[in-house]
Amino acid sequence: MAATATHRAIDAVWRIESARLIAGLTRIVRDVAVAEDLAQDALVAALEQWPGSGIPDNPGAWLMAIAKRRGIDELRRRVTLERKQELLGRDLQTLQQLDQPDVLAQVDEVQDDVLRLVFMTCHPVLAREARVALTLRLLGGLSTPEIARAFLVSEGTVAQRIVRAKRTLAQARVPFEVPGRDELAERLSAVLEVVYLIFNEGYAATAGEHWTRPALCADALRLGRILAALMPREPEVHGLLALMELQASRLRARVGPHGEPLRLADQDRARWDQLLVQRGLAGLRRAEELSHGLGPYTLQAAIAACHARAPSVDGADWPRIVALYDGLAALTGSPVVELNRAVAVTMAFGPEAGLEVVDALADEPALRGYHLLPSVRGDILARLGRPAEAREAFVLAADLCANDRERELLLARAVACEP
Amino acid sequence: MRFMVFVPGNAESEAGVMPSTDLLEEMTKYNEELVKAGVMLAGDGLHPTSKGAKVRFEGKERTVIDGPFTEAKEIVAGYWIWECASRDEAVEWLKRAPFDGGVEIELRQVFEMEDFSDEMTPELRAANERLGEQIEGRQ
Repeated sequence: MAATATHRAIDAVWRIESARLIAGLTRIVRDVAVAEDLAQDALVAALEQWPGSGIPDNPGAWLMAIAKRRGIDELRRRVTLERKQELLGRDLQTLQQLDQPDVLAQVDEVQDDVLRLVFMTCHPVLAREARVALTLRLLGGLSTPEIARAFLVSEGTVAQRIVRAKRTLAQARVPFEVPGRDELAERLSAVLEVVYLIFNEGYAATAGEHWTRPALCADALRLGRILAALMPREPEVHGLLALMELQASRLRARVGPHGEPLRLADQDRARWDQLLVQRGLAGLRRAEELSHGLGPYTLQAAIAACHARAPSVDGADWPRIVALYDGLAALTGSPVVELNRAVAVTMAFGPEAGLEVVDALADEPALRGYHLLPSVRGDILARLGRPAEAREAFVLAADLCANDRERELLLARAVACEP
Repeated sequence: MRFMVFVPGNAESEAGVMPSTDLLEEMTKYNEELVKAGVMLAGDGLHPTSKGAKVRFEGKERTVIDGPFTEAKEIVAGYWIWECASRDEAVEWLKRAPFDGGVEIELRQVFEMEDFSDEMTPELRAANERLGEQIEGRQ
């Protein structure tokens, strides 16, 4: 096999194995930074050896064996260098564990390790950006440059975030475990938030000239699917996955024949991805069956499902969508939800009713500088036949908007309001 | 990227014979792996060709040919649809499948319109559910 082909194969193996490898090692060495270093050592060894020897039959086990051997060497070296004395209790225990035969054979144990690692990389002790970067790196198998490209920041920034995050986890002595029942809900919501942040970053780039970074959507979907398999009894996990699959089903319909962006109303629904729609609807059913009172993601998925089932924008069950937003607003108290509710109210009960909801948000500090507030207001004013005010709102929205494509669209709408 | 994997049929699958318990068990384990890795989007087994049909097209003529079909090489007994980051990843997953006996399993990339353009649209105007980024207090 040519070296480049082997390298590509190694990349693929890494993507498949790295999360399990790092998770298994973290259980043994109890430090995610050390675990990742050992895993990286194993990867380097693979890059050195596999082009000559070919890819082993069980590459995951091979990587684990090398990583553990490196771990043993490292421990022994540390002892001879630093302490010139006997191994301490904990190191001895670690050494024995590293010396044990491979744990990769015990599939269930490995899966549990991956879940423990998820709760670690998404721990609330970390800032959001740190959680996102660490999760993509340790669980998504992405490299630092890949994460940097996806989030339009420098590699140095990402590398620093990851290093700091690992240090924070060590200093805070965050345990490698799945949280108990009493704190599971809160900790799980931190995990789901990270996954949905990644998805949104891909679904609607918040800045810059590109509209989507679809690879990020794919990474988030993959993480969501992994979580759904690891936590099949958690309704909100299925709710989040359903939400992402339903939203992703529309990705390819959002662009017109000349590359122009298309609004929901103008999308050809025949181009929605039916496999994702069906998976999303099935996931929503699962979430609803498991729920006692729908959680925020399941509610959002239920809203997305209303659109997925509708023949057209106008044909959606808008009163039901309003009711779902009522539930979501009660649950989250979020002004962004309220803004969405204004759109739904406009569609269900007319623009006057919608304007009331929007205008109630005028002094909301959380929405100050948020371009979608004037954008929605402009749309409602246009429907009410008040073009001058609508134009003003669209211009304001364009001024506040950080995404080039979106700004163009808003300015075009402003121009369309002119007599 | 999406991939479709075609699992060919054989004399047993054509006779409607279920695979051995051992093979079923291995296949179940393999499928679980695919699910737990977030790779599997869909997968099904197909009834024997005796329950199938072909339609032949000739000008305006349509001729229905009932199964079974004997050209064993052309018989598909099952399929998977996978989502992978690259063809290499799909190949790596396929290499782990519990097949044997010289059987060749074909893997093909699915055409997707969404080799996305850069252009996308904000959709809040119409009916947006893009609530993600700023929802407070999602406890």
